[in-house]
Order: sequence, then C-alpha cells, then structure tokens
Amino acid sequence: MLVGPCGGNIFASRCSAGLAFSTSRWLLCVAAMVGLAQDARGADDGDWPMAARDFASTRYSPLGEVTPSNVHQLQLAFSFSTSIDKGHEAAPIVAGGTMYVVTPFPNHVIALDLTGPGVHVKWTFDPKTDAKAQGVACCDVVNRGAAYADGRIFFNTLDDHTIALDAASGRELWRTNLGDIAKGETITMAPLVVKGKVLVGNSGGELGVRGWLTALDAATGKLVWRAYSTGPDKDVLIGAAFKPFYAQDRSDNLGVKTWPPEAWKIGGGTVWGWISYDPQLDLIYYGTSNPGPWNPEQRPGDNKWTCGIFARRPESGDAVWFYQTSAHDLHDYDATNENVLVDLTLGGTMRKVLLHPDRNGYLYVIDRSTGEVLSADSFVHVTTSFGVDLATGALRYNPAKTPRIGKIVRDVCPASPGGKDWQPSAWSPRTKLLYLPHQNLCQDSVAYETSYIAGTPYVGAEAKMRPDPAGQRGAFTAWDPVIRKKLWSIDERFPVWSGALVTAGDVAFYGTMDGWFKAVDAKDGTELWKYKTSSGIIGQPISYRGPDGRQYIAVLAGVGGWAGAVVSGDLDTRDGSAAAGFVNVMKDLPSATKKGGMLYVFRLP
Amino acid sequence: MSFVSHSAWVVAAIACAASAAPARELRVCADPDNLPFSNRDEAGFENRVAQVVADEMGAVLRYEWLPLRRGFVRKTMDSGSCDVFIGVPKDFERVLTTRPYYRSSYVFVDGRAAHGVDRFDDERLRRLRIGVQLVGNDLAATPAGHALAMSGCVDNVRGYTIYGDGPASQRMIAAVADGAIDVAVLWGPQAGYFVARSVSPLELRTARPLPAMKGVPFEFDISMGVRRGDVALHDELDAILERRRADIDAILAQYAVPRVDQPRGDIQ
Repeated sequence: MLVGPCGGNIFASRCSAGLAFSTSRWLLCVAAMVGLAQDARGADDGDWPMAARDFASTRYSPLGEVTPSNVHQLQLAFSFSTSIDKGHEAAPIVAGGTMYVVTPFPNHVIALDLTGPGVHVKWTFDPKTDAKAQGVACCDVVNRGAAYADGRIFFNTLDDHTIALDAASGRELWRTNLGDIAKGETITMAPLVVKGKVLVGNSGGELGVRGWLTALDAATGKLVWRAYSTGPDKDVLIGAAFKPFYAQDRSDNLGVKTWPPEAWKIGGGTVWGWISYDPQLDLIYYGTSNPGPWNPEQRPGDNKWTCGIFARRPESGDAVWFYQTSAHDLHDYDATNENVLVDLTLGGTMRKVLLHPDRNGYLYVIDRSTGEVLSADSFVHVTTSFGVDLATGALRYNPAKTPRIGKIVRDVCPASPGGKDWQPSAWSPRTKLLYLPHQNLCQDSVAYETSYIAGTPYVGAEAKMRPDPAGQRGAFTAWDPVIRKKLWSIDERFPVWSGALVTAGDVAFYGTMDGWFKAVDAKDGTELWKYKTSSGIIGQPISYRGPDGRQYIAVLAGVGGWAGAVVSGDLDTRDGSAAAGFVNVMKDLPSATKKGGMLYVFRLP
Repeated sequence: MSFVSHSAWVVAAIACAASAAPARELRVCADPDNLPFSNRDEAGFENRVAQVVADEMGAVLRYEWLPLRRGFVRKTMDSGSCDVFIGVPKDFERVLTTRPYYRSSYVFVDGRAAHGVDRFDDERLRRLRIGVQLVGNDLAATPAGHALAMSGCVDNVRGYTIYGDGPASQRMIAAVADGAIDVAVLWGPQAGYFVARSVSPLELRTARPLPAMKGVPFEFDISMGVRRGDVALHDELDAILERRRADIDAILAQYAVPRVDQPRGDIQ
C-alpha cells in the first residue's frame, strides 16, 4: 500500500490543499489517498452515500446483478418499521455496511447493521426536535434524507438544526441552529457535503421566510457562508465573479430593485430542494422557491432571485451565474427541482449541461458553465405559458391564466405542484435517458371561500386540482434530452410522488402512492416486476451492494407529503380545497392505502 | 387506626368517586400566543368566552394549544385532539359553525396626524405609508391587501407577517403609534384591543369596501366551530350562546371589540 510523505507524489496538490486546515500532515495524506482509492473504485462502488448517490445527482447505480431477465425473481430480503406515520420522502443512505434512515418529524436517525442476517439496529438517535415545528411546516413534516461523508452522518431537523453524528456510534459531534421556527422557517431538505462543507437550505416560502443556502464547516458545524435569495448583492454573495448569461440579470442589487420597497425582506426564495456539484468546474447548482407572501399584483417586478437556478463556488458561496425559470411567479412554480449534471453531444459538440425538469412544465437543458438555456421543452400539458424564449431566456406567460381576485380562471396547467414537484429523476449513462416521476394535474380557481389564519378572517381563492385532459394523474416518463422528446411514459392512477432509480442492469424503479413498488425495463418501459407495500410510496429508491457482495434495492414506504397529506394527516376528503387544493384530486387515496413508515429491502434469491 | 391512615382512606374514596364519574371536559383548540383572542395564560377574550361556555356545561375546560396557522384544523380538530374552536368565521367550511355571536369589520387605524381615511379610493392613501396583515400567497391577501392593490398602492404598503415577535396586529399598532407608518388596515378585534392599550391616542374607523371589489367582504360573522357532523355539540353551543349572550357581550365590550352587529357598538 502506498502510504508516504506528500511531497513529490501524485497526491501532492490534494494534500497541500488539506494542510491549510490542519497540522496533521501525515493523517491528511492517508485520508486523501483513501479518498482517491474510493474515487478510483467509484465505477463499481456499492455504497449510496448521499440522497442522489453522486454529486451529479444521477441516482444511477453501477450495480448490474439485477437485469430485465431476472428482476421478476426479486424477493424481500428484510423490512423494518420506523413506527412513524408521517410522509417518508427520505433516501436510505448506505456506507460501510450500515444503512442510515432519517425519519419525518421527529427526525429520528436509525442505523441498521447490514452485515448479519435480518435487521440489527446498531443505534438510534433522537434529536429531540421541537414539536412546535410541526405547526409551522406547510404540507407535511417530511425529511428528504441524510448525507454520509468521512465517517460522519449529517442531517437536518424540522426545527432548523443541522446535526453531525459519528457514523459508527451515533454520538452527536455538533449541532448548529440555522433558523427560527417562530419566523416560519423549517428545514426538510437533504444536506450535501462538498469540500468539507455541509450545504443546507431553508423551507417556508409561503409565509414570508427569506430564503438562503448556508455552508457549515463539516468538522465543527461553524457557519462559513450564507447566501440569501433576495436583497442586496452583498447578502446574495453577488460580486465580481457573477456573470449571468442573460442581460436582465446583469445589474446591481436586483434582489432589491425587482421588488416593492422592503418586500424582499420577506420575499421567499427558500432552498428546500436539491443541490448538485461539478468538481471540474467547481460549481454547486441549486434552485430557489417561489416568491412570497404578497399576491403577484402587490409585488410587481421580476422578484429576483426567486424561482431560478444559482451556480456558486462551494468555498466562498460566490454566485457565478443565475437563470430565472419563472420571473414574477404567478402559479407557485418553485425552481427547487433537481439539476442533473450530464455531458451531452449536441449539434456535434460535447456540452457540459444540467437537466432541470421544472414545476412550470418545461425540461430545461442548460449549459452549466454559463447558464445559457440550450433548449426548454414541455414534458406535460402546459397552458400557463407559450414556451421559453431562447434569445432572452424568458418564460412567455399566457395572460389569460393570470390569477386575479374576482376573476374565474380555469384550466391552469400545470397546477401549483407543477409538472413535476420535489420527486427526483434519475439519469442512466447507458440509455442516456432521464427517468421522470411526475404528475399530470391542472387546477381551476372558480370561487372564493372564507379562510382564517392567526385570528384573521379573509377570503381566498379556492383552487381545486384535477387530472389534466389526458385523464391520468401520474406518470413515469423516459425523456431523451438530445432529441428533446418523450421516449415512453407509463400512466399511473395517482401522482408519482416517489423518486426514481436506474441501474447498470438497465432496470428503472419507482413507487406509487397506492403502494406498488415497480421495476421497469429502462429501455422501453415494459413493466417487469411489482411488489405491494403496506403504505403508499413517496420515498427515494436506492441500490447498494451488501457486505455479502449481492445487489440490494431499498425503498421507504409511508405515504404523505403535500400530495399524500389526505392520508398521513387524515384530511377530510369532502374538503376539496384542503392541502391547498390537492385533496380535491386525491379523494380516492385513503381507500387505496394506509399510513405508516416501513423500509423494504429486496434482492435476488 | 391512626388519624393519618383514616384521612388517606377518605382521600382515596374521593378519588375513586371522581374516577367513577369523570367530569365532562370541554376540549378547546386555541393559539398559545395570539392576543386579544387567546394565550397560554388564558388572558384573551376567547379564553374568557370558553370559560363561560364550560361553566354553563358544567364541564372542565381543557386546552390543546397550537398556533392557528396553515393546517391548524387538520392538526387539531381533525386529528381528534379537541372539539371546539371559540372563534372562526361563520362561513369557514372546514368546520361546522354555530350561530354567530358577534360581527366585526376591517378597520383603518391612524395616529397623531389623524388623516381620517376610511375609503380605499381616498387620494391621500397613495402618499401615506400603510401597513396591512400578510396572511399568505396565492391570492390569500386580506381584503385590505386586495383593495390597496386595486387602488394602485404598492410601493407605500408594508406587510406584517403572522410570524414575528407577538401578533402582527400588535406590531402594526405600535408602528402607527411611533410613526413608522401613517395608517394600518387590520381586523377589528385586533385593532380595538391594541388601540385601547396604545400610549398615544389613535383613531379607528370602519373600512368601506371598494365598489369594484365584488365578492370580497370586509365584515365577517364570527361563530364557534365544531367537527363537521358533531350536531349535538353544535346545538348545545347554540343554546348556550343564546342563554349567556349578555355575559359574552360584556366580555367583548371589555376587550373593546368593534362590533357592526349592535347599534350601540357601532364604530365611529
């Protein structure tokens, strides 16, 4: 084994970078080499260390034991109840023969030993999450997963803490409070660990939270930088390095000037979705949420930097580019969906792009070096806009669908959850297809109803969602970003609210809200296998190689989230406008599934 | 037998008797920090009204505390943790509402300069700094927010969110009192209570809707709310509200709730 002094060998640059933070030169060298060894082995590495498995957010497993010809033999290896009834959106994390599951509120972390038969709980960690946080979370009390790096587990709690645990023992190493539930802030996203920094964003854009992304030192939990999504350039970390592609983004302090006075202070733009990282370009990518809490007519302007994608330097947080998918958002089209980093041959040239399926219904192919939109095609039925102007990057709104008090607006497509919500897609470098779990919903604002919040009565628009004209509420779609077309699509009765997984065996996996875990042929979408779980699936399926060398497929069942709150929150199906109108289109879900978190793990016999 | 053991027996007997016939409970969902309606110290007028109702029922009053924010019905009454909201709009569809026991209105509050504005089409509004309550997005503004937008007032309007230190209404009245804003438009019961406690004199006037704002009311009837289908409790509360009307009116007057359903309580 090559363990020597740093100077003079191929690892020198890595080690000298590490030396800035520590005096222990020898240990750092060893750590760097182990890291490199893992990188070299990465092509067939069997772990699943972060929610999307890799920095590019592909959710692609390089394991190929399970194939279209044998997947019908998949059988349950083990299951495990989390004993919690809320929506389970998390991806299980697998590292070093252990699986780590973070639950919805109260955000327990459970470590399962995978080395023996059955399930052995190594440790459970209870962060004592403040129960008041439940009263603040908008839609359900979900958590989208933990992250593993360098022997530590990092996760977020609904009451705005990021916590680091020793992965072996479950001992708390540090915890940092990042926000205030009294201001409506919560945290539901899965953190990403990049270059020794834990990246975390907030939730709560509906009611006047100012959005941010924060970097914490992974060693100590100390705040390194915070980049706000609204306000003066110095708060947004916009400086000399900022080179947005489009002219409308190139001016001073647009995070102030594109709002009425003071409105940016409570302007939304939270960062509750996904973060990707390109080590070559050294850029992180993430989307910001909708503006709030004013009605569109009371916040004239583009409302920057909400509903758009930022590229930033992980070390400093400095913004490098920004692209706004929905300027002056009218329909709750957050840009928080995933950015999948892939290299494509477009027009004979290899381009470094990011694929971004947005709530507004368009699948964007964006040059991830510059922020230039190369294409944007609708992947669902869209009536709220006429397309994306590639010369300016602007979404061309349909004025007939602008919401206004006293006006009836029908056929608003896609509905507020968008053509696709948080549920992350998967990319296969083998098929070169993006696998999209999504929904086909429209909504009507046809009436006004009396609402009541914090002692204040008012009349709000009553939005009721319904299936789009094609009639099916959910779909699992394979999209070719080069020819810019849907290759195939599988209709589902309910919105497909789970994540997607695709493997080197060319099998794609997803779950349905009525509790079917499905395997389909990644090439043509043929259904190959399915398994009925005890509760609907809104979690993120993963694949890992167990200590026995075998390929495993794992997913958390446990229905809930915005779409499934009708079950996990026992909502009244007679009230169509509950859960911001989602209940109207989910009235048959309670008869199709029950609540309750359960981990399912499968393998071949 | 010692005296001590004898008294212990008596205590035990009382405890047994109590457990054999448990007292009826009135389970109320309320916000722990939302004066003038309710707080954990039970100092709000809804706390006082709840006590009147519990006394009339011969029930023990018990609270389930949760901020009345998005999802509060789902998280309280729908999850079975309580049976009654003391104050909700009569037309609030999420619950079964009783007969209204008061009606109030959105009001203008202004301070030392006393501009006397009570209409949204008053030209002076465009030059004044105006505060409104912010309750959410997706066309979920207060009637005042919609009226100001229709009047073209944008840059001079400041929003007060439901999150912050103390109720938004309290922060708004303080802002008028110290001159940070010129006028506030807010829901009557909140305005009445904090205006009455303001150190500097403030004026309060009923807000008249814009003629163009059809279908957006500025006045609301307030009822108690029970679970949909709980007709027995609904009917019982209706009867109690009638029997104890005078006591409830006295509480509302004590908290300076501006009423538009009583000639003597009309707002100037």
